[in-house]
Amino acid sequence: MITAEQKPMQEIIQYIEPYDKILLLGCNECVTVCAAGGRKEVGLLASALKLDRLKHGKTIDIKEITLERQCDPEYVEELVSVIDDADAVLSMACGCGVQTIAERYNKKHVYPAVNTKFMGASLSQGVWTERCQGCGDCMLGITAGICPVTRCAKSLLNGPCGGTSNGQCEIGPETDCAWRLIWERLKALGLESRYEELMEARDWRPAGGAGPRTIIREDLVL
Amino acid sequence: MKTESRLEKVLTSGVLAVTSEVGPPRGVDPEIVKTKANMIKDHVDGINVTDNQTAMVRMSSVAAGIIIKQMGLDPIIQMVTRDRNRLAMQSEIIGAAAFGIDTMLCLSGDHPKFGDHPMAKSVYDIDSIQLIQTVKKMRDEGKFQGGAEMKGKPKMFIGAAANPFADPFELRVMRLAKKAKAGVDFVQTQCIFNLDKFELWMKGVEDRGLDKEVHVLAGITPMKSVGMARYMKNKVPGMDIPEEVIKRLSGVTKEQQPEEGIKIAVESIERLKETKGVHGFHLMAIEWEQRVPEIVEQAGLYPRPEF
Repeated sequence: MITAEQKPMQEIIQYIEPYDKILLLGCNECVTVCAAGGRKEVGLLASALKLDRLKHGKTIDIKEITLERQCDPEYVEELVSVIDDADAVLSMACGCGVQTIAERYNKKHVYPAVNTKFMGASLSQGVWTERCQGCGDCMLGITAGICPVTRCAKSLLNGPCGGTSNGQCEIGPETDCAWRLIWERLKALGLESRYEELMEARDWRPAGGAGPRTIIREDLVL
Repeated sequence: MKTESRLEKVLTSGVLAVTSEVGPPRGVDPEIVKTKANMIKDHVDGINVTDNQTAMVRMSSVAAGIIIKQMGLDPIIQMVTRDRNRLAMQSEIIGAAAFGIDTMLCLSGDHPKFGDHPMAKSVYDIDSIQLIQTVKKMRDEGKFQGGAEMKGKPKMFIGAAANPFADPFELRVMRLAKKAKAGVDFVQTQCIFNLDKFELWMKGVEDRGLDKEVHVLAGITPMKSVGMARYMKNKVPGMDIPEEVIKRLSGVTKEQQPEEGIKIAVESIERLKETKGVHGFHLMAIEWEQRVPEIVEQAGLYPRPEF
């Protein structure tokens, strides 16, 4: 899932300062699950922004809409009838959603209300952690299901650096050494010999080194 | 012989090698490099030049290495994969070789979090083992990492680091085996204070016959004070400082602590000289280069062989 966190209020207030009519857009996908930009957060942010204006003796007209998916042109099209009423759009979707809105309604001022963070998994209620960097050439099959590209602070591919202490990464005790985890799991699975296989230098083109990435599925293209 | 490296000649001759290091300045004055190099030059076979160590910006290791080379000495260029991608590193290697530099160390480097630019984006296009492979391919095949032919070969004696004390311990011999497989010629270890643990690691190295493939230089750091020992124990990642060392240093007056630290270093060398597979010593006297000669002399490692 793509995770996000709401931007600081002051930054959002500054973005919309010049406008009196705002379209505040939520998204029903990832940002709903991580409680950053779903219907509920749209309502809370709208109230907070109105309150802030009232404190300064002003008002603001905020229309609240939460789309099924802001990164999908099919759903973004639903805004055709309402978009002209707004001076600007404030989107609570991830960066993909914000850009889809900006691209479709290219004369409209569009602002992000969240910071898109990472592709993460949920550890427990209210806790998410980064698990994938979308490197485009998944090596989890070699590394016992634990990703060194994402979870090693140096993305080392051939084992732990010399900075591991008490099984933790040198950057801090809150981060497990990815290679300690990989090693423990290789051992548990009886796959120790895999550790000694040399991992050659990666081709980073699938990871974005060759520029923005696109998938074209000929079987699905209309 | 693979190279013209003086370190390679010493190690091949079977004499215990001695290396030490110079940290380049955080400024433009070449005299600082020369002064530090002059302090140790008669007592070592090679001078490591650190590469933005602890992720602090310093004069580049290749530039400082060239200064040392032009003094007629033998720099060992450290290169971390944190700051440069494979293009930049290969061009640096060619540049170093063009100035006659023939020995280098392949490292991953401390995380930027520890330095003066924690906001920097680290590179890590390749890791230290892949850097070893890269240098070996340039040296032995005359090819770049990407596969294209290069003109002439950089004759580098290839080093790396080994930390027998970091977790998980049982991986640490295997990690050396991977570096050997990648083509490393020698390793310098993390500072050794827990000699028992080091010897246990060396036993593992020997059991696998890795001491025949890789020269191990034991890392020695003289403690200046008990404060330094405590700091290293608690703050430096991957460091193993037994309580006895702290006790011994705190057992003497503050004024006597530097001498005690040097005594511990010399005793460590004396003991490790007898450890099978130890082919030399790497002295990391942090901002204390002036004491290196006496440690080398007291440990019976002076004079150094001429080649």
